[in-house]
Amino acid sequence: MRFILGFIGAVFAIVLLISMISGISEWVTNPPSPLAAEEFHKHPEPLHLASDGPFGKFDKAQLQRGFQVYSEVCSACHSLSLVSFRDLAGLGYSEAEIKKIASDWKTQVPSINPDTGEAATRKALPSDTFPAPFPNEVAARAANNNALPPDLSLITKAREGGAAYVHSLLTGYQNQPAELLKKFPDAKTPQGLHYNPYFANLNIAMPPPLTANGQVTYADGTPATVDQMSKDVSAFLVWTAEPNLTTRRAAGLAVVIFLLIGTILGYLAYHQLWDEAKRTVRPTGPLDPENQAKSRRAKAKAGVAG
Amino acid sequence: MSFSWAKPYEPKHPLMRWIDERLPLPRVVYGAIGGGYPVPRNLNYWWNFGVLAGIFLTIQIVTGIVLAMHYTASVDGAFNSVNQLIMRDVNAGWLLRYAHMNGASFFFIVTYIHIFRGLFYGSYKAPRELVWMLGLVIYLLMMATAFMGYVLPWGQMSYWGAQVITGFFSAFPVIGEPLRVWLLGGYAPDQAALGRFFSLHYLLPFVIAAVVILHIWALHIPGSGNPTGVDVKDERDTLPFHPFYTAKDGWFAGGVLLLYAIVTYFAPDYLGHPDNYIPANALATPAEIVPEWYFWPFYAILRSFTVDFILPAKLWGVLAMFFSILLLFFLPWIDKSPVRSGSYRPVFKRFFWLLVIDVIILGWAGGGAPTPMRNVISQLAAAYYFLHFLVVLPLVSAFETPLPLPRSITDSVLHGEEAEAAPIGSKPRRGSTATATAE
Repeated sequence: MRFILGFIGAVFAIVLLISMISGISEWVTNPPSPLAAEEFHKHPEPLHLASDGPFGKFDKAQLQRGFQVYSEVCSACHSLSLVSFRDLAGLGYSEAEIKKIASDWKTQVPSINPDTGEAATRKALPSDTFPAPFPNEVAARAANNNALPPDLSLITKAREGGAAYVHSLLTGYQNQPAELLKKFPDAKTPQGLHYNPYFANLNIAMPPPLTANGQVTYADGTPATVDQMSKDVSAFLVWTAEPNLTTRRAAGLAVVIFLLIGTILGYLAYHQLWDEAKRTVRPTGPLDPENQAKSRRAKAKAGVAG
Repeated sequence: MSFSWAKPYEPKHPLMRWIDERLPLPRVVYGAIGGGYPVPRNLNYWWNFGVLAGIFLTIQIVTGIVLAMHYTASVDGAFNSVNQLIMRDVNAGWLLRYAHMNGASFFFIVTYIHIFRGLFYGSYKAPRELVWMLGLVIYLLMMATAFMGYVLPWGQMSYWGAQVITGFFSAFPVIGEPLRVWLLGGYAPDQAALGRFFSLHYLLPFVIAAVVILHIWALHIPGSGNPTGVDVKDERDTLPFHPFYTAKDGWFAGGVLLLYAIVTYFAPDYLGHPDNYIPANALATPAEIVPEWYFWPFYAILRSFTVDFILPAKLWGVLAMFFSILLLFFLPWIDKSPVRSGSYRPVFKRFFWLLVIDVIILGWAGGGAPTPMRNVISQLAAAYYFLHFLVVLPLVSAFETPLPLPRSITDSVLHGEEAEAAPIGSKPRRGSTATATAE
């Protein structure tokens, strides 16, 4: 049986070797041509938010500003379907404010006419999730050059780089570098798309959403630069993806301290128990190595040989 | 129990006596994980991971049962039931979900350490072959359970992972494609697949628990192995499981749970893939489809076969991947060395560490997009994996001269007597003899 198994192992190894050799020869004879998307794609620039790090907490003023950017700019195309109006309490809004935000929301909630049963709409309530800007995917694509604006509820968890990616993407629009066009003449950004090196394939369907300083007017007086608006909305989208972040970390700290104390006590108990067990297997009396060492020391001190 | 000096159960409370006379369940528990199970006294910390695996199985079952109360197994509702209802609206739902998600990862971490412990100390050798094989059955069930669990949130990676993994079956000629369609209940993952995956994902952990009982039962016939691999000779070689090993496992479990809590509370998505926060979409294939980290070594083996040599490359990959686990069932007969512990096998020991490095390389190779460089490394590592178990191990076990074994477990743990207890020719440890002489 060992012979059969050894044979199978050798067969697998040989086929792997053949695969490897053919892969290398393929690579040598026909090296993969470089792609514009590989060479010119940029990783997100680092972004520092108040919620970073193991003890970071949300900056509620920033979240409110970010929510303002979402409601005045992003929400024209992007839904936020997992978040309810009542969740805005986490941003520091009062119950009355939330009620007003919900009923004033530009899109109403689909419902039925209670008398006729016909399709109708009604004002949003705090218990509703944010109504989507388009009734369905077809409508969304029709209005957006056949691209589908993704839902933003989880966007910072659903993209490599998270909030930093969102911020870099929002502020990363630029003209296509001449160098790129020289190297890859076929890679010109198609009509209707926009060059953005932070987007995986470099050409994104979303037109630059934040174009001018002062595009929104912040209630708290913060100057609304493009960079500031982008940071604020990125911070807001961290919150929409993980509204329990602060609770989670606070609970985590308590659990870690509890476990640390428990583990230390457990370790001390373990030592207490085992030190005794180790003593019991030791030879006692003249055979105990410690006693032997003592007697050797005593003899050496007294100058006795042996 | 196995040893004549194992303490019999003596009920102290009249109620326990009453129960014990009618249903000797307390007796069974006492003999299995109480003071009635004598354990070699020289176990090191690598022996803690079996108990830890049991702890994580329990965590998974408890969190999973509560999650199932809120989860909706429908292609329209699954994603939102996880990401909206459980993560936002259920009280501490985020904790349950993150604990379950990372609990799976930790279950695999401790299980992998447990398996490598077994590989190093020859835990698969007589008389523990069935313990080893039942362990492998548990591992296979874990893999199936974890795979189906990952499909349940119905994100992009869930969907495409299900597509790829069930696609393995279509590699087999003739029966492959009908088998795949039968398993999925359709031509692609859809409601039928999600429903059965949920049902099986709920069922299998209890099957695992049952096989764990068999695993422990089979273990308690010969008793636990130990780092020397020398058989227990008399009562001096053992300590009762309780309180000695409950204390040792207890504090160590605290430490591992601490790590688990840190990941769960402070970096819950670290081990996951961002694409799984995008709802499943049958029309948009992700840039790269990767399974969860614990499947990466096997995924690397699968992808390493790139040439149609007699058989199609895909079939080679699938056969090799299944065989890479199945071959472990033959290990008791592949490695014929009478010495169990790797500590006394100088050649085996070097190859063992080579295997550990090899599996880590395979994991790295399976976790990223296949570039030509990664493919070559992955192919070399996969070839070594098979050669290690099927060629190197039989040869080593035939030609290696092991070091002399200690006379008994007690000899090997005695303080200040290492020189006498250690194998002939080996250096005394901790320099105790040297100090004694110097004094």
